[in-house]
Amino acid sequence: MDTLSFLQHYWWFIVSLLGALLVFLLFVQGGQAQLYALGRSEEERNLLVNSLGRKWELTFTTLVTFGGAFFASFPLFYSTSFGGACYVWLAILLCFVVQAVSYEYRRKPANVFGEKTFNLFLLINGALGPLLLGTAVSTLFTGAPFTVDRLNLANAGGGSAVVISQWTTPWHGLDAVGNVHNLALGLAVAFLAMTLACQYFMNDIDDAALVERARRRMIPMALLFLLCFVAWFLRLLFIDGYAADAAGTIRMVPYKYAHNLAEMPCVTALLLAGVVSVLWSFRRGARGRRDAVWFGGAGTVAAVLGLLLLAGWNDTSYYPSLADMQSSLTIRNSSSSLFTLRTMAWVSLFVPVVAGYIAYVWRAMNRRPLTRDELREGGHQY
Amino acid sequence: MTDYLHTVDWSRAQFALTAIYHWLFVPLTLGLGFLIALMETRYVRTGDPFWKRTTKFWMRLFGINFAIGVATGIILEFEFGTNWSNYSHFVGDIFGAPLAIEGIMAFFMESTFIAVMFFGWDKVSKRFHLAATWLTAIGANLSAVWILVANAWMQHPVGCTFNLDTVRNEMTSFCDVAFSPVAVDKFFHTVTSSFMLAALFVVGVSAWYLLQGRERRMATASISMASAFGLCFALLTALTGDRSGAVVARVQPMKLAAMEALYRGEEGAPLTVVGVLRPEQERPLNGDPFYFSVDIPKMLSIMSFRDADAYVPGIYDLVDGNEEHGIMPTAEKMARGRRAVEELARYRAALETGDTVVQAEVRALFDPARPEGEAFLRDYFAYFGYGYLDAPGQIVPHVPTLFYSFRVMVGAGVLFILVLALVWWFNRRGELERRRWLLRTAIWCVPLAYIASQAGWILAEMGRQPWAIQEMMPVSVAASKIPSGSVATTFFLFLALFTALLVAELSIMFRQIKLGPNDKE
Repeated sequence: MDTLSFLQHYWWFIVSLLGALLVFLLFVQGGQAQLYALGRSEEERNLLVNSLGRKWELTFTTLVTFGGAFFASFPLFYSTSFGGACYVWLAILLCFVVQAVSYEYRRKPANVFGEKTFNLFLLINGALGPLLLGTAVSTLFTGAPFTVDRLNLANAGGGSAVVISQWTTPWHGLDAVGNVHNLALGLAVAFLAMTLACQYFMNDIDDAALVERARRRMIPMALLFLLCFVAWFLRLLFIDGYAADAAGTIRMVPYKYAHNLAEMPCVTALLLAGVVSVLWSFRRGARGRRDAVWFGGAGTVAAVLGLLLLAGWNDTSYYPSLADMQSSLTIRNSSSSLFTLRTMAWVSLFVPVVAGYIAYVWRAMNRRPLTRDELREGGHQY
Repeated sequence: MTDYLHTVDWSRAQFALTAIYHWLFVPLTLGLGFLIALMETRYVRTGDPFWKRTTKFWMRLFGINFAIGVATGIILEFEFGTNWSNYSHFVGDIFGAPLAIEGIMAFFMESTFIAVMFFGWDKVSKRFHLAATWLTAIGANLSAVWILVANAWMQHPVGCTFNLDTVRNEMTSFCDVAFSPVAVDKFFHTVTSSFMLAALFVVGVSAWYLLQGRERRMATASISMASAFGLCFALLTALTGDRSGAVVARVQPMKLAAMEALYRGEEGAPLTVVGVLRPEQERPLNGDPFYFSVDIPKMLSIMSFRDADAYVPGIYDLVDGNEEHGIMPTAEKMARGRRAVEELARYRAALETGDTVVQAEVRALFDPARPEGEAFLRDYFAYFGYGYLDAPGQIVPHVPTLFYSFRVMVGAGVLFILVLALVWWFNRRGELERRRWLLRTAIWCVPLAYIASQAGWILAEMGRQPWAIQEMMPVSVAASKIPSGSVATTFFLFLALFTALLVAELSIMFRQIKLGPNDKE
């Protein structure tokens, strides 16, 4: 493996890791989606929001960094997917825009629109954010209708003929939502986020009634997640995938993702370990254990990382084109240059430092679970 | 083709809208973060609860502003992909890196420690809390470093080369990108002016308390700190602005000519302090473009090139060329740019027909290691972006917008130096409360500071037109292929949403100021 190829694999790993962390941190959205299901009174809802409120910015930042890292390492994906499937991406962004202000503004006097409006924004973000993100991520396996021709820039006549990445349907990403396979992953991510949120509340809130309600609710959410995920994963094992040969030519490979599992045993082991850890967290959570979220979180990160590596490694096309097979994106034909990947690799050495201070701060802030009394004492609140 | 041009226009409008809204909140975050950190430092060093209460009050206002800044910021990053996909491919190898670094090094620091800053008063030690407040401020300003590096590269693309295989520009020197003179000046000018805006905000709010006869101790102490802080950075803003002007004269001469409405270049060019421009149709070809103006002789030459007799090119010189001063006509640049685009087309045709001879010829032209490649890249590809222009006049940005926005920015900046100096002086002598006219002026300086800050960005961004990347890629070929109606729809959607959120933010902010530091949050 030459240096460029190594760095392409390394950066796919970093992007996948950020994506995996994002899926875990979507527990914030999962919690928001259950604001009224778990919080029966205003005080309970405030408790839930303030518990999530200490973490919402981490999710937000991970999403932004995930986008930035994708842009830096695989700019052709950024330009093709965001420019093509723009309706879906803009819908996702709008969900996050309304979230960002809602925590801070919902209970502030004179907030013009009232607490219920901002709670509704949290619900919208909580329900649609994970669903749309999961659906969009599924297209890394199922593909999308686009063409890529870099030399379109030579079309000096101007007009849209000059655009390198073009979408071949007028739906600009909305077609992904109409695909049942994609939707299954979207639903799986949404239910997983709600499951993890219940586990997080059990860990972070010291309130017997709320914790018991979270425990009870976690069980159906976990079962729904399993149903959607197993359906999506089983179908994945039987679908054809695209792969690039040594010359970079894309060809169809039957059962490509099943082959990938067989040909990358470390990735398979990571995926399995993640799934086992998530399943173990369900058992711990069902028994009311506070530590369930750590098994759930670690398992989610491992499983999602494994799935994303399955999508991009082993010469797999991580963004198959349904309109023109040779336009499909692989980590080889869509990455940044050797110089940029190498420069960015130095920057990525900061990732453990960042992870270290996040873990330290998380521990310091979550040492004592949140109580109703703490909210009654005043101080800065959401 | 027409629909694509509409898409480009709507995409520009949408990006401008998002950037303008985002920039309403960013400068206060950048500066107020450090002022809060200074206040909390006083608390930790003295143990005086007054400083804790003061810190918490300004922190509350910081939080209200910060939230909406985050909300508007996320859209900007992703709009590069959704609306400007050709741009994202053509320069993503260079432009993406600062955005990723911003996320990894700055956003995480900011988002991790801001939770400690707001909720950690009773959960962590005093010193840890203080460190978290400083790290939040540093994180916010670090993110400004990287996004301004990215923006500076669009104004002055350096440290890259074109790769024919990938049909894009690729980074060759990270240091050239990160430490280009434009990036350095842009960062310091933007950040110092943001610190000044934040100081004016603190002074303005405190002045309102003094006029109301409320919160005298907090207002006086806040003014004491913010006016000194603001005055220092207002002077630095002037200094960095002067340096920025000199850099613009070298790398974006059309921007300088347009913001000065200098149509005919001259040696010993004057600086127009104030003036009223004639409309385009009334402006005589070689006559005075102003109804009236007040000029300082030779000042533009001094500011641009540090030489009273230096030649400053005008708009006509840059469009039509000026042989005496070695300025190539734009028509010639367009012809050279078209040749570069045609070579790409020739390469594409050769690839399709499998003509290896032509492929090798074109590859040689784009190979900087070969003499013919070096000459072609220097003499033709350097004007690549011009190859997409239809007429030489397209390189002229909107002169009145640039001319007036520059004067609003500079005029307001001079006023701020004066106001901050007077506020600091009278506050120090204990006479500020009696100078009610000055307190009222300080309040009016708050909205004026926002207008000046926006004017600065309008100057920077409108002055770069028609380029998405200076001379490398015009906006007309940088956009995504999306129906213009869709972009128009999202434009109005964003306009309605951002306006609604701004109304909520202002309403909450005013109420919190009215409530003051004593009331329950």
